[in-house]
Amino acid sequence: MSLTEQRSSPSRYFPSDDEYAGLLDKRSRRARVIQTVLLGALAVAVLALVTLLYTIINDSFGLVAQINANEPEDVVASFGYDPARVGLGDLTKDELVVALQGGIERNVGRRLEREQRFYADRLVFESQEKWDEVCARGDAPAGCDSAPRDHGNVLRLVEERIIKPDIVAATTLQASVTHPQAFKDSVRASFADNPERYEGYTYEQVRYKWRAWLSWQFVTSPSSSTPEIAGISTAILGSIWLVIITIAFAIPVGVGAAVYLEEFARPNRINDLIQTNINNLAGVPSIIYGILGLAVFVRVLEPVTSGSLFLDDPAPNGRTVLSAGLTLGLLTLPVVIISSQEALRAVPNSLRQAGMGLGATKWQTVRSHILPIAVPGILTGTILAVARAIGETAPLILVGAAGFITTSPSGPFSQFTALPIQIFQWTSLPQAEWQHLAAAASLTLLILLLTLNAGAVVLRNRYSRRSL
Amino acid sequence: MDSDQVTDAPIGPELKRRLRPGEGLIVASLFAAGALSIAITLGILYELGSESLLFFRDEAVSVVEFFTNTVWQPQAGVFGIWPLILGTLYITFIALVVAVPIGLAAAIYLSEYASPRVRNFFKPILEILVGIPTVVFGFFAITFMTPILRGIFGSSTVGFFNVLSAGIVVGILIVPLVSSLAEDAMAAVPNSLRQAAYGLGASRLEVSLRVVVPAALSGIAAGIVIAMSRAVGETMVVTLAAGASPRNFTIGSDPLFSYILNPFQGAQTMTGYIAITSSGDISYNTIDYNSIFAIGLTLFFMTLGLNSLSRRIVKRYRQEYE
Repeated sequence: MSLTEQRSSPSRYFPSDDEYAGLLDKRSRRARVIQTVLLGALAVAVLALVTLLYTIINDSFGLVAQINANEPEDVVASFGYDPARVGLGDLTKDELVVALQGGIERNVGRRLEREQRFYADRLVFESQEKWDEVCARGDAPAGCDSAPRDHGNVLRLVEERIIKPDIVAATTLQASVTHPQAFKDSVRASFADNPERYEGYTYEQVRYKWRAWLSWQFVTSPSSSTPEIAGISTAILGSIWLVIITIAFAIPVGVGAAVYLEEFARPNRINDLIQTNINNLAGVPSIIYGILGLAVFVRVLEPVTSGSLFLDDPAPNGRTVLSAGLTLGLLTLPVVIISSQEALRAVPNSLRQAGMGLGATKWQTVRSHILPIAVPGILTGTILAVARAIGETAPLILVGAAGFITTSPSGPFSQFTALPIQIFQWTSLPQAEWQHLAAAASLTLLILLLTLNAGAVVLRNRYSRRSL
Repeated sequence: MDSDQVTDAPIGPELKRRLRPGEGLIVASLFAAGALSIAITLGILYELGSESLLFFRDEAVSVVEFFTNTVWQPQAGVFGIWPLILGTLYITFIALVVAVPIGLAAAIYLSEYASPRVRNFFKPILEILVGIPTVVFGFFAITFMTPILRGIFGSSTVGFFNVLSAGIVVGILIVPLVSSLAEDAMAAVPNSLRQAAYGLGASRLEVSLRVVVPAALSGIAAGIVIAMSRAVGETMVVTLAAGASPRNFTIGSDPLFSYILNPFQGAQTMTGYIAITSSGDISYNTIDYNSIFAIGLTLFFMTLGLNSLSRRIVKRYRQEYE
């Protein structure tokens, strides 16, 4: 302001010393205020990130009010152990099987045994004659020739079938630390106000315990319709399959296109068109790629993507890992091309000239000199692009992560679910337990992506240190 | 060896340019990889176009109605896209109100004020923000932003699904985009301009706001348009936080501020409609299936228009220095 003020009053070319000092003060005060405001904007961005992470972590751990059909302490005590020192997980597999035998109906046990047997050398629920008869049939169940259940598997069965945990209320990490009593009071009040919500349970049966929604068990369990035992192993496997297909498609094609555009393309109209078009494709919303994937991969190419062209037991429709992976591949392609082009452009021209000077053909120069130098840059860009693809949700919804899937994908022609889809589905459910599961799944996804991004940063730093 | 002999010697067959059919094949396949991008664009246009054509051929639909009617009720066979466009534009507007001041201020600070140490602290944070999947932002909107808004304005005023929460979170999502594009534009301003201004006695603030920002204005504007296009195409946050009911309205009879532009109630967007409609097992050749292509086509042209606008701005108003 001071500059204009001086200009607008030409009579005061030379302010007195006092005025001068005052003006200077005013000017620097203003500058300080605005500088603080600018820094404040950055602080807001940091605050947003911190709040987001806090929200997710806050929901991933906390107190739960749980009602067990049988208390684990009673199960442990029934084997003569001291429940104070021995946990359910400390029981041997044999003891867990005994507990299972005592707690479930015989025909339920038979079904479990047919799914997967308990011991390789003996049967628990089924008689030997019946077993042999069932296994001799054409449609022999999976248990006939699979490996027996391990300790963790039987433990899970005991928890699922004997303990039968039912979480009636859950709270956040912060509330569990600061106001645990308030949570307990609210559960008590809820029991008193609408007992019909709790189907015959009484408040006395409620046990409060800490629950880490993100746990090893969560990461290794398949999805389920009961939140207490639901996990994300199916979703993680689905995401891994997607990444493999995305990479297999996007890297060769993307790097190939980048090499063509940077090293071989002469500036003519077709090549200009390709370049403009790639820039345009990078700006197309991901959901449009989803529509393309639905129309082309899921519908038109159904014989290929469902595997019915070459498999005996194809998927019922084209909503498979292959369709989704290719859709994500198309989505990632422009990003891979553009970042690979940047990496190739960073290779000094002297190398190309040296190659030419020695009589190498263009392709020989590219293959043996340009590409090897550009590889770290290409990889960095590709990792970032793949990290973006892992988090993509909208296109996957369209190409049909088909809702509720509990079996892990076994190949490119399986139906699947993926981590972001699982988060989306859990987030859209109203009950509080699902929100906690969604938080835990989000945390898993973020850890995965941060690891990938950190890898890319490390690669970039190593690359820039060795740069020519 | 005598030099005359070398020049006079005929070029032997082993020194002639050899035909390398393998290499031609390689270059051809590299070209094919590049040309595939054209095929993708054509594929998008063809699929969106042909299915939209089926949609418009349906007797329940008319093109004029689609682009003029302000009611979207697929169950009743009323297809007017305006409620969905309203939802999209409203959320985009709120997002820009949040993201432009924050992103721009952050860019000015990072480009003109920050020491390398401060930069190295803030830049990775913005990069992490870019890397967070949008579905996680959607979760954030529902579990954090919406309850906070309902706490501030009262849960009777603010619906569980509301435009404001979705808009603010989309805004946070595009802050890093605005700031990094604006920072790039400011970094392209030559230092001589800054030095000239400093030489005239300008303060750092005056240099930033009166020299660098005006000089980078075209780049900044282009960046804001790109961010806008990103907000228009954003799907997960709006699907989760803004709800699944289109805000049908009648101009004239519906109150403007308490209904049509009420930020506290939900409104479905174009992307939200596409995601929700297709999340079940959608059957082919139904009017619902075809409608997502017609909306997709509209969305495609909207974002394409914004992206070309951004490129036009850069081309037209760019100052060439030196």
